[in-house]
Amino acid sequence: MVDFGGWDMPVQYSGIIEEHNAVRTAVGMFDVSHMGEIEIRGPEAAQLAEFVTTNHVAKLKIGQAHYSGLLYPHGGFVDDILVHKVADDHYFLCVNASNQDKDFEHIRSVNRFDSQVENAGDRYAQLAIQGPRARATLQKLTPVDLAAIRYYWFTDGEVAGVPARIAHTGYTGEDGFEIYVAPGEAQRMWNLVMEAGAEFCIKPCGLGARNTLRLEAKMALYGHEIDASISPFEADLAWIVKLDKGDFVGREPLLRQREAGVRRKLVGFEMRGRGIGREGYEVRLDGAPAGWVTSGSPSPTLNKNIGLCYLPVAHARPGEAIEIMIRNQPVGAVTVETPFYKRAK
Amino acid sequence: MYPENFRYTKEHEWVLVEGDTGTIGITDHAQEELGDIVYVDLPKVGTHVDQGKSLGSVESVKAVSDVYSPVSGEIIDANPALADAPEKLNADPHGAAWLVKIRLSAPAEVENLMTASDYQTYIGAEK
Repeated sequence: MVDFGGWDMPVQYSGIIEEHNAVRTAVGMFDVSHMGEIEIRGPEAAQLAEFVTTNHVAKLKIGQAHYSGLLYPHGGFVDDILVHKVADDHYFLCVNASNQDKDFEHIRSVNRFDSQVENAGDRYAQLAIQGPRARATLQKLTPVDLAAIRYYWFTDGEVAGVPARIAHTGYTGEDGFEIYVAPGEAQRMWNLVMEAGAEFCIKPCGLGARNTLRLEAKMALYGHEIDASISPFEADLAWIVKLDKGDFVGREPLLRQREAGVRRKLVGFEMRGRGIGREGYEVRLDGAPAGWVTSGSPSPTLNKNIGLCYLPVAHARPGEAIEIMIRNQPVGAVTVETPFYKRAK
Repeated sequence: MYPENFRYTKEHEWVLVEGDTGTIGITDHAQEELGDIVYVDLPKVGTHVDQGKSLGSVESVKAVSDVYSPVSGEIIDANPALADAPEKLNADPHGAAWLVKIRLSAPAEVENLMTASDYQTYIGAEK
């Protein structure tokens, strides 16, 4: 168990590789109740959500969700989040646990609209059921037709006889669902999902497998790929920035970056030499320091050592020979296309 | 679980002293905490190591960790089986997956180390 921002959380249950493979081939479950939830309500809830996030909230239909960014006025990340449109006057944000209070203060500080912001993390537990058998597992516990929920859509229904928000979302690169329930129901729900998934050999999964899965899918982790010093363009997340939607916090510097370009950019790599380029390790080009690793790990699915790093933009493209300083020794690697893993649809 | 004839460190290494030779490994608790081990880096034969100093590293999917020598001396053997099969360290950390053998230069150092029952109390308290 590790202390994770005040939450006592398992890094692994049966082993990272075993848990990882369960999600890729069958089904695994993560207790992600540490994730934060923030609710925006009121007649101008949509305006606040639009103003405080980078993606185009007006494009969301009721029951739809998208990935987005909360930025500081200087264009760096406050957090990366999921925005769910519950109703025209109600948006539900899923945010990173350790950023929850900061996010809440940030959103409240820019709220000049007729809307209320609630820090609602204590009202929700969250279970992520992920993998090709996730739907078959969860379907046993709910009358909601899960096949009818499109990817990145959600529905409010019942799981195991109690109210649940069932979202067809995930952080693994695999098909799956994230369900939000009252904290008092979490333990019972966990046990029921484990029983329902037993025929598919469901595995409980910890933070370790969550990290290897998201890395293979090249999903950002706050504090690694993104933080207050990194802009969405640098993080290769231009697709969540809608500069033409109107004003939003952080838009001005991003407009300038779009004109002038960015100096560094996130790119994937594979180790060629023996070793694992891990977070914080120096990346060299032609023997000179040029960037740093944000995340690195063995990839259980690909059986390679993979990672993400920042490099000067001219070199942040596939096929560049780089060296990573591993325990004071340069070890060869090459930049590659991402995501490292993409599931067959 | 924890052999009575081993001595243990707070950093979760063990040493088995036989005559002037010590066999060194990491504990079952260590391998369990590390999880799936993917690399083991050991020193060359002939290297001198000091008690409490790094003699190599063990890397799992999760993280890389130094291995600290429980005793001082000269490396006289490094387990050749671990280069190609590091996962053995998860399976048999107190047996076939020993790391190095060392010729003790200061045998009295062993007195600083924990007994099996001390170590089990120690990891019990750490949890």
